Amino acid sequence: MRAYKAKDDVQAKAYYTDRFYVSPQVPKQEVDTDAVFSSDLASISAKFEVKESFIQVGQMVVYINAKDIYGVLELMRDSLEYTQLSEMSAIDWLAKDNTFEIFYQMLSMNKRKRIRIKYFIDNGQAVDSVEKLFRCADWSEREMFDMFGIQANNHPFMKRILMPYDWQGHPLLKTYPLEGDEFASWYEVDKIYGKEARETIGPEIRDTARVDRYDSQRFARLGFEVPKGTNITGNEAKNEQNYQEDGGVFLVSKFDKKTSVIVDDPQR
Amino acid sequence: MAQIKNRLTPFFENITFDREDNELVLNFGPQHPSAHGQLRLMLHLQQEQIVKAHPDVGYLHRGMEKMAENMIYNEFMPTTDRMDYIASSSNNYGFALAVEKLIGLEVPRRAKVIRMMLLEINRLMSHLFWLATTALDIGAMTVFLFAFREREYLMDIIEGYCGARLTHAAIRIGGVPLDIQDGFIHQLRSFLNKLPQNIKDYEDLLDTNRIWLMRMEEVGTISKDMALSWGCSGPMLRASGFKWDIRKEEPYELYDEVEFNVPWSDKGDNFARYRIYMQEMRESAKILYQTIEMYERCVKEGQTDLMAHSPKYISAPKLDIMTQNYSLMQHFVLVTQGMRPPVGEVYVATESPKGELGFYINSQGGPYPYRLKLRAPSFWHTGILTDLIPGHYIPDVVSIIGTTNIVFGEVDR
Repeated sequence: MRAYKAKDDVQAKAYYTDRFYVSPQVPKQEVDTDAVFSSDLASISAKFEVKESFIQVGQMVVYINAKDIYGVLELMRDSLEYTQLSEMSAIDWLAKDNTFEIFYQMLSMNKRKRIRIKYFIDNGQAVDSVEKLFRCADWSEREMFDMFGIQANNHPFMKRILMPYDWQGHPLLKTYPLEGDEFASWYEVDKIYGKEARETIGPEIRDTARVDRYDSQRFARLGFEVPKGTNITGNEAKNEQNYQEDGGVFLVSKFDKKTSVIVDDPQR
Repeated sequence: MAQIKNRLTPFFENITFDREDNELVLNFGPQHPSAHGQLRLMLHLQQEQIVKAHPDVGYLHRGMEKMAENMIYNEFMPTTDRMDYIASSSNNYGFALAVEKLIGLEVPRRAKVIRMMLLEINRLMSHLFWLATTALDIGAMTVFLFAFREREYLMDIIEGYCGARLTHAAIRIGGVPLDIQDGFIHQLRSFLNKLPQNIKDYEDLLDTNRIWLMRMEEVGTISKDMALSWGCSGPMLRASGFKWDIRKEEPYELYDEVEFNVPWSDKGDNFARYRIYMQEMRESAKILYQTIEMYERCVKEGQTDLMAHSPKYISAPKLDIMTQNYSLMQHFVLVTQGMRPPVGEVYVATESPKGELGFYINSQGGPYPYRLKLRAPSFWHTGILTDLIPGHYIPDVVSIIGTTNIVFGEVDR
């Protein structure tokens, strides 16, 4: 019987894991070990429900409810001096429990602190846009939509940003294969020549390092050049190529490999 | 060969030829020499003035975050080179530091010094490249030739170190692969001795140049609020009145041991950014002099380690691998299966030449990152063009794109 492979996560998997292996954890600290973080957390939890909070690798992580995100970020920007949104995006947990985890990476330059605000949404649920608070969220939320298909409510221009507008599928989902789906692999052919040209053109060659040494149409073999399109066997004699005209060029002196010097010392 | 007929009809989706308001839509790019990459800007013009700008990116999208999810950690390192390919070691470093923070590694001092040398050489390379291309866009051809000449020396030094000129992959998780080569310090010193005069040459050509000042002063002014709101970082943020340099504020490596200033300005215009880039080159040179001294002290004190000792995550030195059975086994497992960092997540920001380069890694204990988000500064420095360009004229677009210093390997990732 063929081994079962999950369809909802087609990413690369470890091919072997010791069955007694237990992953260690990145250590977490209590929030009250840091005075600045604990006062920030107190101000947030006074107004909003905080589900979980801890400090990991020097940054506080706060889990909140999805509906509170605009309020929390507004409070952090206006009262707690977290004036910059460094980054925001999503993590795909669809295979685990059909949710997405959204994170917002906040920076306070006055306090020299970074906080990560996180919450979970269900598959298909939209997030509230924070574009009114931080203009950079305009592009981040578009990228998140492009990559995961998560819509943002009240966003001024909810369109794809990196992929073409007519693309199908969202590339960073774990269900999306690394080499792309069928739509992706035939995108250019279908668009330019039509579906019926697929057989004539054939699939895309994805090995970028592939060089056919008998192909004299596209490749010049340095030192063994032949006229374009010549049938070759691979036994041509090596010909010393001279890339400068024999008669010389006006005002240009002849380049001589043997007598020339490479200047590698700026103080020469 | 005869033209093959295809279905791509002429495509004018954004151009309306007949409009009540007399607005012209101009497509700037995606192939435009002064766009510094594949940037398509849709500019709505009223006469010569731009009333609306819509940057369109994604022409260089390679899906690096997706690739990272399907690669073991060490395998991803050369891919990070292709982000900001003008200063690729800084990307390598950002990723290496993030993974080191995740697994809690301490890097040997000598490796730290070499990393700092590489980072500052990369910063100089990037700033020289910036100066050259921006000056060329504005018409100062001489500066382009001068700055590229100096950059060439730096690339030679880097080439001697790692064999590559642009895509270095010169940093490993846990340290650096090699010690610096013979002659590195001599080459670097002689470059640095010449650099102040070189920078003065550029400034003599530009600082009081009437054309340069007209194109730079009071053009592309970013206010404090706008810089914050758009997530600006690096020179873009410092030109708008914030003295914020991650090397100073959240020091990594040995940046807390070296002495340097953080140039900043509250003007926020193109000229302020230009001054900051020039000043930062001088500060980088200052740091490099100090790292040379630190390196020589490391040699004197006999600190030879270049990679961290952590058999669970980092392969042993080559000598051990070749002579000791257990090291060989460990190395085999680490190469074929990859290291397995602990379960958890980390966001690490470093000061790349362009701004705050952040790596967010979510590890679920497997050999592949579960989620890796690249926070590239240029992404938002491109986004800000939406708000920055309206009100300016077409020639200003060129100088504004120039001073934002965007690199599209990083924008599209």
